[in-house]
Amino acid sequence: MQWRQHWDRLSPQLVIWPPLLVSCAYVVLFSAWTTWVSFTRSTLLPEYSWAGFRNYSAMLATRNWQIAYTNLFIYGICFVVLTMASGLLLAVLLDQRIRGENVFRTIYLYPIALSFVVTGTVWAWLLNPTIGLQKLMHDLGWSSFRFEWLIDRNLAIYTIVIAGVWHASGFSMALFLAGLRSVDADLLKAAQIDGAGPWRTYRRVVFPTIGPIFIAVLVMLLQFAIKTYDLVVALTAGGPGLASTLPTVVVYDFMFQRGELAKGSAAAVMLLASLTVVLLPYAGYRIWQQRKAAARV
Amino acid sequence: MSDRRFARFAIYAVLAAFAAFYLLPLLVVVLNSVRSTEDINHSSVIGLPSNFVWSNFSHTWSHYCIAEHCSGIQPYFWNSMKMVIPATIISTLLSALNGYSLALWQFRGDNWVFGVITLGVFLPEQMKLVPWVIVLRDLDLFNTISGLVLIHVVQGMSFTTLFCRNYYVAIPSDLLKAARIDGAGFFRIFWRIILPLSPPILIVTVIWQFTGIWNEFLYGVTFSAGENQPITSALIALSAHISQAPQYGEQSAAVLMAAAPTLLVYLFGGRYFIRGLTAGAVK
Repeated sequence: MQWRQHWDRLSPQLVIWPPLLVSCAYVVLFSAWTTWVSFTRSTLLPEYSWAGFRNYSAMLATRNWQIAYTNLFIYGICFVVLTMASGLLLAVLLDQRIRGENVFRTIYLYPIALSFVVTGTVWAWLLNPTIGLQKLMHDLGWSSFRFEWLIDRNLAIYTIVIAGVWHASGFSMALFLAGLRSVDADLLKAAQIDGAGPWRTYRRVVFPTIGPIFIAVLVMLLQFAIKTYDLVVALTAGGPGLASTLPTVVVYDFMFQRGELAKGSAAAVMLLASLTVVLLPYAGYRIWQQRKAAARV
Repeated sequence: MSDRRFARFAIYAVLAAFAAFYLLPLLVVVLNSVRSTEDINHSSVIGLPSNFVWSNFSHTWSHYCIAEHCSGIQPYFWNSMKMVIPATIISTLLSALNGYSLALWQFRGDNWVFGVITLGVFLPEQMKLVPWVIVLRDLDLFNTISGLVLIHVVQGMSFTTLFCRNYYVAIPSDLLKAARIDGAGFFRIFWRIILPLSPPILIVTVIWQFTGIWNEFLYGVTFSAGENQPITSALIALSAHISQAPQYGEQSAAVLMAAAPTLLVYLFGGRYFIRGLTAGAVK
């Protein structure tokens, strides 16, 4: 009998803890390990002799890393701005009592169900001058048409923007639309009674109330941008040359192709740091918001 | 009044233009999958089939050569299935348990545990790659489907625990108290009260995991090679392999088959799909 009681108390613990511990431990241990290796002299295999910040300064000085970060800035800004703008535009338009709204929504959002590999492969064909859009225009008789971003060193990064926006703007549309639908109907009615036109209503009433959604979408998209990897591999493979490389690609290159484990790890830690720069203020903002909400109650 | 008419027309025109932009790549792949490579090479990837080449599908499915293996994309497709089904089921079950214990059974440090699990959602994959190499090597799971299943279960748990926990938090604790007074223990409550309330969130979790794992590329390409690759990395290997003489017709068929499972999930479970996205983004 007593044994039975013990078992009843103990058995949930046995079930609760292993998965919880695994999900916690892997986060803590894995990041600690990679951080540690970034301070060692490891090359092909992990090796635990201290090297200080040498890997970081070496990494920062490489052309790959500099190009990758410049690209990340260009790509991140263009991707986030265009994805948010088109997502918001589509959400506002869809919110005008549109016939066939479901069909439109399904069309805008389906890319998010596809892998970046598929997305990148198909856009690589469309943007390829010898077989894609440019060829089509030439065949149609517009022989001066030029669209060679994919093979242009200065413009290759923008092809990733195109495919990225195509993939993600339905996602921002869905979030904005959910936000627009959650705005209090009384508030809208009040604005209408005050004689505010649709544009004014959106600018003065609707957008300010869904402010938190703007921030959430912004942070999500920045996070996507920093983590972008597969799309580049499938679309440009980082090329031509290094022209469209991104930090994630550089990390992989150093870790697994060059056998520079420590430098690759240093690059990964810097990637994590970039992510933290984006996410930490957001976490702070969320906590502040929750406190504010709690204080109001 | 005609102003209003014009505005309506403009709205539909913009919506339709965007729809065309989104549909173009899908249309191109569908049309190319029944075009011959000569046909495409003579014109461009954007065009109507001059005659329908249905054999693209059968050829790509079972005869295509990817890096010396001439058995089509079929084995890689099944590899992905063998990876995605167990990983989805196991991670969903475990995360339901995790979410349940985090949301409804207070224990010391539960907020910390939850915080760390949430961090796991944001941790970039590049931080975890080499540790996974070591773990898989030590467990003798390198270049196996089981190794990928293990990775996706552990990684997936961060996200899905978050989903489930946020869903279960809304369950009134009085319900639990009443059950406990009646003498129900941890498992009985889970089985009798929590699980029957769970289908909505479990469907979201399953769809999320299925799409995420099916579409994943980095782990597939890092931890598997040759015949053990999932479909995403096989597709990349395919395009790299034939980049000298691309065969757009057959490649389109391959792309379509690789995209089909998640597209179908999206078309039939769209509602839950969106719920998963919003939950993942806003919570």
